[in-house]
Amino acid sequence: MMITVIDYKMGNLHSVMNALSFIGAEATVSSDIADLRRADKLILPGVGAFPDAMAALEASGLKDEIIAECRDGKPLLGICLGMQLLFEESLEFGRTKGLGLIPGRVIPIDAKGLKIPHMGWNSLTHHCSDKLIDGVADGDYVYFVHSFRADTTDEYIISSSHYGEKIPAIVKALDMNVRGAQFHPEKSHDTGLKMFRNFADIK
Amino acid sequence: MLAKRIIPCLDVKDGRVVKGVNFVGLRDAGDIVDNAKYYNSCGADEVCFLDITATHEGRKTFALQVERAAKELFVPLTVGGGIGTVDDFRTMLLAGADKVSVNSAAVKNPKLVSDAAEKFGSQCVVVAIDAKRVGINGRGEGIFHVFVHGGRIDTGIDVFDWACEVADRGAGEILLTSMDADGTKCGFDNELTGKVANMLSIPVIASGGAGAPSHFLDTFNAGADAALAATLFHFRQLEILDLKKYLRDNGVEVRL
Repeated sequence: MMITVIDYKMGNLHSVMNALSFIGAEATVSSDIADLRRADKLILPGVGAFPDAMAALEASGLKDEIIAECRDGKPLLGICLGMQLLFEESLEFGRTKGLGLIPGRVIPIDAKGLKIPHMGWNSLTHHCSDKLIDGVADGDYVYFVHSFRADTTDEYIISSSHYGEKIPAIVKALDMNVRGAQFHPEKSHDTGLKMFRNFADIK
Repeated sequence: MLAKRIIPCLDVKDGRVVKGVNFVGLRDAGDIVDNAKYYNSCGADEVCFLDITATHEGRKTFALQVERAAKELFVPLTVGGGIGTVDDFRTMLLAGADKVSVNSAAVKNPKLVSDAAEKFGSQCVVVAIDAKRVGINGRGEGIFHVFVHGGRIDTGIDVFDWACEVADRGAGEILLTSMDADGTKCGFDNELTGKVANMLSIPVIASGGAGAPSHFLDTFNAGADAALAATLFHFRQLEILDLKKYLRDNGVEVRL
């Protein structure tokens, strides 16, 4: 079982690789389309701005390949910006089309006077069961750093957090093996490592 | 709701963890990787490594040690000490740090804060401020100046003005150390911490003076978003889990 962490030059991939290596998963970092095809599973990480990320995915040809692999049933986990890219569009710095794998868009957090970014440990509330959260309890804490959030309907939300308003924390597609985490599982201690193990076990 | 964070800080010299008492008189407290593993397992919400090595060779050793430690740490890692350029930020981020803290170099060149924030994002730019009480104003409030070079030099800059400037320049967080309280174990300077925390829209980490669980409760009640301590945790005078239980029992949201 080989996990490929997609490298499109947006942010640091070491932490994700450290976590995967710690749980004993076989993983590589690659921006090569052939590697994405060969991989059993994909992780789409990312830190930075949405428009830059989409431009990088388009320029490298990775965008079409990711969409094709997901439609083909390959499991994918988006992390942070990588989760936001799964949606149809984002309003960060104008309006940019995303991968469109999950219905919804990405909008600024309305924190009602709380500090932005939403940075730190916040607790999860689960709305349905999912393999990714096997063994993760309601109320477990995970580590967030973000200023934008997904705006989507309940059927796509596995878990949420609260920060001034409801923040979709883990999302999923209904017709594909695609999931996303708004927080950083690689920085979320045992809870995050458990999710990587669950992802590695997903068939 | 967001949890208040407890951050152990490790002073590192030539790849070994030490802790200064009032910034002088170092004591060895072990290997950096062992410390990282220990704090990862005992409830730390974040870990901070501060490089106090002065030499170029020592700095290179530090980056290598950060890389080793990052493999054992699954909470955010902040590193600082001797950060002077955007390239230093890059080196530390590539070694596995999540945030980089800058102190004296930002005072000398405030543009470094904006440049690093633009290049890597505000979330990884921490500005460390060493503050010292230098007097009292007409309203009976403390006047605090920014000190640099390990607290030896008074820049004459007002702490509150400086905190606002670095926040405007894109700092993601302030690590605020009270030079007066540091090493005393008599509690954080909450006049200082509360004022900075309440005037800024970015998180403030209280530092200097932690000696008992109630000190953490007081500083969180004053407005701090996180609290940092070194000796208290290194020498196991206080276990982080016990501290968090105490905070939770006193109505503070913590990750337990």
